[in-house]
Amino acid sequence: MSTMDRRIGNSARIEASRRAFVVGGLAGAFSLGFSLPAPEAALAQTASAPPEIGAWVVVQPDETVIIRVARAEMGQGTLTGLAQLVAEELECDWGNVRYEMVKPAENRARGRIWRDMSTGGSFGIRSSHAYVRAGGAAARLMLIQAAAESWKVNAGECRVERGVIHHPPTGRKATYGSVAAAAAKLSPPQNIALKDPNRWTIAGQPVKRLDTADKLDGSLVYGVDFKLPGMLIALPRACPVHGGKLVSFDAAAISGMRGVKHVLRVDDETVVVVADTFWRAKTALDALPIVWDEGPNANASSETIATTLREGLSAETRFIGNKVGDAQPALASGSDVYEADYSYPYQNHAQMEVLSATVRWSPERCDVWAPTQVAEAAHDTAASAAGVPTANCEIHTMRIGGSFGRRLSTDYIRMAVLIARQIPGVPVKMIWTREEDMAQGRFHPVTRARMRAKLGTDGTVEALHMRISGQSIAAYARPSAITENGDPFVFQGLTPVAPEGSFAYAIPNLLIDHAMRNPHIRPGFWRGVNTNHNAFYSECFIDELAHRAKQDPLDFRRRMMGGSPKHLAVLDAVADRVGWGNPAPDGIFRGIAQYMGFGSYTAAVAEVSVADGRLKMHRIVAATDPGHALNPQQIEAQVAGSFVYGLSAMLHGECTVKDGRIEQQNFDTYNVLRMDEMPAVEVIVMPSGGFWGGVGEPTIAVAAPAVLNAIFAATGKRIRDLPLKNTDLRVS
Amino acid sequence: MPKLNINGGMIDVEVEDDTPLLWVIRDHVGLTGTKYGCGVAQCGACTVHIDGVATRSCALPVNAVGEDQKIVTIEGLGAKGLHPVQQAWAELDVAQCGYCQVGMIMAVSSLLAQNPRPTDDEIKAEITNICRCGTYTRVLAGVKLAAERMGASRG
Repeated sequence: MSTMDRRIGNSARIEASRRAFVVGGLAGAFSLGFSLPAPEAALAQTASAPPEIGAWVVVQPDETVIIRVARAEMGQGTLTGLAQLVAEELECDWGNVRYEMVKPAENRARGRIWRDMSTGGSFGIRSSHAYVRAGGAAARLMLIQAAAESWKVNAGECRVERGVIHHPPTGRKATYGSVAAAAAKLSPPQNIALKDPNRWTIAGQPVKRLDTADKLDGSLVYGVDFKLPGMLIALPRACPVHGGKLVSFDAAAISGMRGVKHVLRVDDETVVVVADTFWRAKTALDALPIVWDEGPNANASSETIATTLREGLSAETRFIGNKVGDAQPALASGSDVYEADYSYPYQNHAQMEVLSATVRWSPERCDVWAPTQVAEAAHDTAASAAGVPTANCEIHTMRIGGSFGRRLSTDYIRMAVLIARQIPGVPVKMIWTREEDMAQGRFHPVTRARMRAKLGTDGTVEALHMRISGQSIAAYARPSAITENGDPFVFQGLTPVAPEGSFAYAIPNLLIDHAMRNPHIRPGFWRGVNTNHNAFYSECFIDELAHRAKQDPLDFRRRMMGGSPKHLAVLDAVADRVGWGNPAPDGIFRGIAQYMGFGSYTAAVAEVSVADGRLKMHRIVAATDPGHALNPQQIEAQVAGSFVYGLSAMLHGECTVKDGRIEQQNFDTYNVLRMDEMPAVEVIVMPSGGFWGGVGEPTIAVAAPAVLNAIFAATGKRIRDLPLKNTDLRVS
Repeated sequence: MPKLNINGGMIDVEVEDDTPLLWVIRDHVGLTGTKYGCGVAQCGACTVHIDGVATRSCALPVNAVGEDQKIVTIEGLGAKGLHPVQQAWAELDVAQCGYCQVGMIMAVSSLLAQNPRPTDDEIKAEITNICRCGTYTRVLAGVKLAAERMGASRG
């Protein structure tokens, strides 16, 4: 908050940069800046720009409240949640709220007044709630002050109700819209107290999303839908073996095809066909003779990758995520050591909207219309590829047709700019075909695990060693994050007590470590990231140990969770809801799992049946404690959606490698979960307060282990290799 | 020059015969509500109505569509006010990213026109559109709410 104050107080910088701030579609309103004299150019701007009260709020004379949103909206509901937080402190009428997306060049021109624009790791709300609330509160205080000054009364005597300021002693009242002009001329307040969440009336409520209407009638313009006059369509193709090179292509072979305008080398691994329409570009690209140098990975396969990872299961390593006591001597030898190996495959994000970006380039300026989860990084990427200063480049951010981490990478932004740069002045929309999107993904990393444990005489776990062998996302995507202890993201949910995620079980001798093995397939952050396989390995193996100890899986866990009360609370909640202690209905079997990720505690019970080898998932009961529940109905939607994503991965998700390339090219070979496989999901939202956890990703982790543990209960069959489609449940 | 009846109007389209209807609608007619998701009729994002029947337009060559066949896209579905399916979707906050929802809405509105009271199993068998955000629970609820409303309005 104090930082926010300083930023609001830095009116000289704001005023200077406000000239560059142009908001579309709001003509007729007038702008209100801060109290410093404005240059003539800025004054001209004020005639048509909207009235801004602080960086986050615009109030128009007709009472419309526009709330600025700096984080990406890709379906996860962050846009609405952030607007709720601002509106809560502003105390406006929620029915009057609209939104507006911030752009990175504007943000930078104003000294990053909207701060971080990246959206990943379920951080969108939890890393910005304090300063966006402060932004709403500052605007409210300025509006009240404006009214009080006009009435010549003490601002402290005024109160606000849904965007109307009242002065009870005199019975006066004024709407926000009527005092916005005066408010914006005031100095911003220095001390801002935020409301106690217990007093929230907009935040914390299950309000509807602000961004629904244009999704229902086809009018939402996604990145792939964007159009400019004279625009061309570009379809790229990169070497299908990651790391391979483009040697040559025979442009003459397709140059006469209808609609084809250009056939260009993009970079050392990519060729592009530019045409007047998508279909003509695709037809020509499919006919284009291309010679690749597939490089050293041309013979890599899923089996060679598996061999590399298997070697890592017993190799020496110094990358340790959690160590208690001394597990290795206890597990050195002996028939009482229980061991199991697990594996988790590559997966594509398979977001519904394929990658795209529209670029208009000139030697002086570059404009990019594109969806991205990292607007500022995309801005850097675009300016660099364009060869123009960042101030002469803008990313016109767009709402996203699903992303799940894919657009944390800016590879496609760079590619689109490099294409447009070869066709100066002509707007070019680059679109990836689904096949290109499948081949050039940033894949969920491939890992294996060796789980070794010894039970004590009292049936508790005396020693556990969890060895993860496999790919580091950071080693490829964020090398600066790699430390002498390896990739910190690898141990998500497995570390000692930590705000992001801690291992729940007290085990006297514990070792969790990682042997980094990085195949050539490019990895990326995939919804749930490393919690997906970490929870699968740890929660299924704990279940194995419970059965080996001849104990109830819930009781077995509870005994080790005395020091993890919040983990235990969500676990108990799902057990209670499902009636864990009572028999399941005939033919129905239950499995349970808990995990912590992205700052939130999650647990689930799955109820399944297996008949003739066919799995039916009847019901999932899931609980989440995200600390604060900003919009319970959207949390419910995110949890249900997390189960679709997680169960889709568990059932079907697998990208295999042959001849160095990903084999699956489309949804016919990369199947995903559809409605007929969707279980009923009951969601328990149980915020315990005092912290802010994420919502979009955490519950994915428990989806697979809960169901797999239920399958074991039903069949006695332990699934240790995903996806399930590769296992015949009829065979025991 | 082929003619298409789209959303009640006849449109001349001068394209190659093998151009999928989806790309005629998007690139030549200029209606972008109908989405590209896969190009192989797997995901349903490109669903339109042809004579009332939900059809995946991404793998349907334009020369397979006759002049007398009535094509309706999402832009035409709610042209006279929101369709009950769209209303149900708004009421239940079904959409997340929204990209697949236009196709879902086209598939569901066609289903309800043919089967006003579908069972859960019928809905799950008929609506095979892919949603990666995972809105299926609310899609199912939305179909039932729309069916109820449409039933009530028929009296």
